[in-house]
Amino acid sequence: MGALGFILDAAEGERSWRLAEYVRRGGYTALKKIINENIPPENIVAELKKSSLRGRGGAGFPTGLKWSFMPRQFPGAKYVVCNSDEGEPGTFKDRDILRWNPHMVIEGMIIAGYAMGCARGYNYIHGEIWDIYKRFEEALEEARAAQLLGDNILGSGFSFELQAHHGYGAYICGEETALLESIEGKKGQPRFKPPFPASFGLYGKPTTINNTETFASVPWIINEGGDKFLELGKPNNGGTKLFSVSGHVNRPGNFEVSMGTPFPELLAMAGGMRDGRKLKGVIPGGSSAPVLPTEIIMECTLDYDSIAKAGSMLGSGAVIVMDETTCMVKALERLSYFYFEESCGQCTPCREGTGWLYRVVHRIEHGEGRPEDLDLLNSVTENIMGRTICALGDAAAMPVRGFLKHFKAEFEYHIQNRKCLVPEDVQRAGSGFFKVA
Amino acid sequence: MLEIEIDGRKTEVADGSTVMDAAHQLGIFVPHFCYHKKLSIAANCRMCLVQVEKAPKPLPACATPVTNGMKVFTHSEAAVKAQKGVMEFLLINHPLDCPICDQGGECQLQDLSVGYGQSASRYQEEKRVVVNKNLGPLIATDMTRCIHCTRCVRFTQEIAGWMELGQAFRGEHAEIMPFIEKTVDSELSGNVIDLCPVGALTSKPFRFAARTWELSRRKSVSPHDGLGANLIVQVKHDKVLRVLPLENEAVNECWLSDKDRYAYEALNSEARLTKPMLRQCGEWREVDWQTALEFIGTDLKRVVREHGAASVGALASPHATLEELHLLQKFVRAAGSESIDCRLRQTDFSLDGKGVTPWLGLPVAEIAASDRVLVVGSFVRKDHPLLAQRLRQAAKKFTRVILLHVADDDQLIALHAKSIVAPSALAAELAGIVKAVAEAKGAAVDAALAGVQPSAAAKQIAESLASGEKGAIFLGNFAQQHAQAATLHALAQKLAELTGARFGYLGEAANSVGGYVAKAVPGASGLNAARMLAEPRKAYFVLHAEPELDCANPQQAMAALKGADLVVAMTPFKTRALDYAHVILPVAPFTETSGTFINTEGRVQSFHAVVKPLGETRPAWKVLRVLGNLLGLPGFEQDSSEAVRDEALGGKADSVAERLNNRADGVAITLSASAPTLQRVTDVPIHFADPLARRAPSLQKTRDAAPPAARMNAATLAKLGLVAGMQVKVSGGGTAILAAQLDAGLPDNCVRVAAGHPLTSGLGSMQGEITVERA
Amino acid sequence: MLSQESLKQIDREIAKYPAEQKQSAVMAALAIAQMEQGWLSTETMAEVANHLGMAPMAVYEVASFYNMYDLAPVGKYKITVCTNLPCALSGGVHAADYLKQKLGVGFNETTPDGRFTLKEGECMGACGDAPVMLVNNVRMCSFMQPEQIDRLLGECK
Ligand SMILES: Cc1cc2nc3c(=O)[nH]c(=O)nc-3n(C[C@H](O)[C@H](O)[C@H](O)COP(=O)(O)O)c2cc1C
Ligand code: SF4
Ligand code: FES
Repeated sequence: MGALGFILDAAEGERSWRLAEYVRRGGYTALKKIINENIPPENIVAELKKSSLRGRGGAGFPTGLKWSFMPRQFPGAKYVVCNSDEGEPGTFKDRDILRWNPHMVIEGMIIAGYAMGCARGYNYIHGEIWDIYKRFEEALEEARAAQLLGDNILGSGFSFELQAHHGYGAYICGEETALLESIEGKKGQPRFKPPFPASFGLYGKPTTINNTETFASVPWIINEGGDKFLELGKPNNGGTKLFSVSGHVNRPGNFEVSMGTPFPELLAMAGGMRDGRKLKGVIPGGSSAPVLPTEIIMECTLDYDSIAKAGSMLGSGAVIVMDETTCMVKALERLSYFYFEESCGQCTPCREGTGWLYRVVHRIEHGEGRPEDLDLLNSVTENIMGRTICALGDAAAMPVRGFLKHFKAEFEYHIQNRKCLVPEDVQRAGSGFFKVA
Repeated sequence: MLEIEIDGRKTEVADGSTVMDAAHQLGIFVPHFCYHKKLSIAANCRMCLVQVEKAPKPLPACATPVTNGMKVFTHSEAAVKAQKGVMEFLLINHPLDCPICDQGGECQLQDLSVGYGQSASRYQEEKRVVVNKNLGPLIATDMTRCIHCTRCVRFTQEIAGWMELGQAFRGEHAEIMPFIEKTVDSELSGNVIDLCPVGALTSKPFRFAARTWELSRRKSVSPHDGLGANLIVQVKHDKVLRVLPLENEAVNECWLSDKDRYAYEALNSEARLTKPMLRQCGEWREVDWQTALEFIGTDLKRVVREHGAASVGALASPHATLEELHLLQKFVRAAGSESIDCRLRQTDFSLDGKGVTPWLGLPVAEIAASDRVLVVGSFVRKDHPLLAQRLRQAAKKFTRVILLHVADDDQLIALHAKSIVAPSALAAELAGIVKAVAEAKGAAVDAALAGVQPSAAAKQIAESLASGEKGAIFLGNFAQQHAQAATLHALAQKLAELTGARFGYLGEAANSVGGYVAKAVPGASGLNAARMLAEPRKAYFVLHAEPELDCANPQQAMAALKGADLVVAMTPFKTRALDYAHVILPVAPFTETSGTFINTEGRVQSFHAVVKPLGETRPAWKVLRVLGNLLGLPGFEQDSSEAVRDEALGGKADSVAERLNNRADGVAITLSASAPTLQRVTDVPIHFADPLARRAPSLQKTRDAAPPAARMNAATLAKLGLVAGMQVKVSGGGTAILAAQLDAGLPDNCVRVAAGHPLTSGLGSMQGEITVERA
Repeated sequence: MLSQESLKQIDREIAKYPAEQKQSAVMAALAIAQMEQGWLSTETMAEVANHLGMAPMAVYEVASFYNMYDLAPVGKYKITVCTNLPCALSGGVHAADYLKQKLGVGFNETTPDGRFTLKEGECMGACGDAPVMLVNNVRMCSFMQPEQIDRLLGECK
């Protein structure tokens, strides 16, 4: 297994996701090592802490620390849950991981179950990727048949059952407690925390939830050691990370690079700007991350700390690239519409506020903006942020603040001139859709 | 204990308390909408955001656990800013139609917006409009006003026990609604109106009847089931326009059943009598009180003279007040008869003379402290909606609730175990439980139980009961009406002895206990209700009752009444007394007289009249007093209902407690060996149970008031060659033509036919054998 | 009424969860029911509720919360186009416009012959493949330029 690109290096070749193929690449050696060497669970958690692996789902929470919160000795059922609900616009890495390397996630989850004393796990898979769900189910069957899952795994006395649960079209189910509600057969409305899942999770039992990529990183860490993983990245930002690059680039796709890689390098890997056009702005961590203009993003390195310092978030590692053909008002309008449509509707500021934000941005985009609208937008975001049950409220507010901060002039132009700064035909050309037609 | 400081004031709260609990303890008001002390915490309205020291953002007081040394500010700049922000969001899509909203004047949103709202809205977009829902005859909707606090949803799930309402769709499209085309049919449904903090859910019957501030609020007590829910009766121009719960944690908590809430409609119905009426030469004629009473006096004297005093009998409703029951029995006794009874649906009276005054056996509020509850013979959810609610909550905690009954209706209680048997097997099944417990405990049992073989279900129930430490065993209405009521009593008493459980009765009516206290039961030489009808009297006094609907054998009751020389009906309504009575006296319903109900736990609850009597209606206690005077009987000098009450109670209310007694010794246990080919299971549906409920138009439109059918399980239907939907002729003492209906919850060879309804009042006894054939 | 085959599949889903947590299978059960019947009628939702021991309203909450359930009949082919920002930057909206014009219907409309229903979708987690479309909830189509769209429509008989 190569150091860089260990998560997606299986992506070459037909049917490479099969168990036999994974084992050939050194798969399940971490699990076997744990079993053969009888490694105590505490050591696994300690190794993770050393690795500085931070959750890949968006919040970047240290994984080792999270695992240490689980009351291992707590009697009764405990659960490991994998979050493959990937619905944050711009993010499409978990799909590829599951498509090409499902067993790596399975192995990571088994190790998690072992480390935290859980006998059952669920992988919650985004509803729109049905074929991936089916494939994951097949991978589970393979693992069961090979006694890697189920009772008494490889004769170790440790048992772990893993199942796949598919979503059916609700972004909010990516939020971990909404996801738990969804597995429980309810609508995906987030829970108020505390209590946190580590004490009151799935079916009210202690539960740990991690992102697909987080689990996929675990076997490598066990095999190669936490220190080595940390070295792949930079302090406090261990390992490699998948970046999903979309938008106005020549070669959109997933790129697995070291934490701390300069942004321009990633841009180059994605083939550079489409048709050589000029970069206007980048949303560096999924749609809820504030947009950064060219001059700022080009100076950033790709890690949690650098992006945070620049005033945005690394989030899920979804890099949305926008060139000069983009109307920033229209871009924000679409994102605001998304959060408005996806708000679960339970708490007041988000249910009412996301609609308000969208309607005002929509008005501005349609030439009906008023001079006081920009202050109003800022004020409404202030009234949403930090006042909701889950972070969707913040996620809806942050793009608005980001766009207004860095592209205010374009909004003002819209309001004053009742039209776009970027001419319609330029915008139309940007998407590249009609090129072929 | 945890220490917390709120707005500079310190207090200690129990572990697990929330900031909201602590604020309540300190008497500090934190604005809120979704929070309700009886419901789970949703924390969705965000109105209760407060500032907590060291927290980076405001936190909802309702959901934030107190930590030791926590410092909270509910009125700091940060807190108020957050609260105002939330208020603005709540108002942007809320129609500002307060002037026409039924909630106007009692709207929490309106109240709070005064303190937290802004004068002009910054929201310039179009407001959302939500289509209204049909929730049935009791609840009106104006869903555009909904603020999505989900109190109503949580109520149906948690308190009423079945999720009839939910929040469909999501985000701004979210709508509170029932399942497609469904209504809210819970017997507790009206409570969602009280819970709704805005005018989205309001009372349908009350709609547009008045502005809330025009109403005066008067306290009263519900005259229906044995609980005696405390009421606020709202009145305008001497008319009752609405009934709300008066919170009493020990009785109804903050809830009402729909019957408690909506039966008031009967008070204003067309069916009310307004003048005394006299039948002369087959013609009814309105007369003045003097004429009516003098007629009664003269005629009664004649009957006594011609047939003896023993030919006089009195049938009183257990929904009558203590004062009315007391004076009626006094009157009858002074006239020389001991035949008075208020236990109209009872069929087995063999406990009489054993000193029993049946009651719950423990305070209502202590039910939830029992670790085992066995309910025998009860349609508990419909017969005692709020007691069932308490059992439902208890079952979620540590109480194992067990049901032994004759029909498997969903009680919406998480039952630990149940056994459903035919009425004729009820005593034997209970005996089986007694025997299994006795065997486990190595105790002796009555010889009558020698041949009893406990069923598997009985053994399971026995095991559960025997393992408890603080049990309670209750006999329900069905058990009380059962032909072997005394045997059931003796068995339940024995079971209580064996398991150390408490034992009691779920009192059927508002004054089931009061009837005993007032001695509205026959003396040794008198006849009980059943015998008074089986051995017809010459004169009957009928107080508040409708014998053709309220008696165990309506067909026999009608025959007896029709054959009498003198029938005096005292009722607020034009009843079927028109067919059989000679005098009808319009007497006051509970809202038009002062009076007392003694609830099933022995709680004495007196109330005042809330409105003036309608027309020439008079309180029945006054009528009886005058009648006593007119006949020159001694002891009718009371000048107030309080004086009557004091006399009935022997001077002091706490004397009631001493009289309550469920223990009867030396009761013979008889277990019937054979079962009839086809037997009747009789329920008294919730809105058929008393004269008020029967005449409340909105209640009569509910599902609970569906006309009676002949219900059978599939095997019984097949055996009789019937299919559901078919018209059938039910015979037993009389006949009724009903639709056959499938009810999978009934035992074999049982036909469930409801009582209390004109369609079935032609039938004979509520108990025993019947036949069914194609009509 | 659901077919025996569907009920069998639903029971397989139920088995994934602890015995007292049948409700967990409701999403899968609704998906299976929809695949069989094309959409979720009131009766179907009530049947699922009954099968899982849930209040019908609880089922309806779920069915109306998640976007991919259809609470009204749809065409034989339901095409959902992602128009979210990352896709839009690479032609998502234009692809939707192209489809609208080809099919002569707008979003949430069905062609008169009952063959196609067009829906606007949110992010499908495939932004790198934009424009992306989902056919009948299960078949993801990537890089949908005009030519590919034409081919797709041709395949949908
Ligand atoms: C609105 C919202 C959407 C989210 N969507 C996702 C998602 O699609 N995938 C994911 O892994 N985490 C998502 N998260 C973050 C999860 O709540 C959670 O933090 C994460 O799954 C934890 O895993 P990690 O520690 O491995 O990152 C979302 C959070 C919010 C508030
Ligand atoms: S912030 Fe939005 S999505 Fe999150 S709980 Fe509140 S309403 Fe639901
Ligand atoms: S009362 Fe606390 S959030 Fe509603």
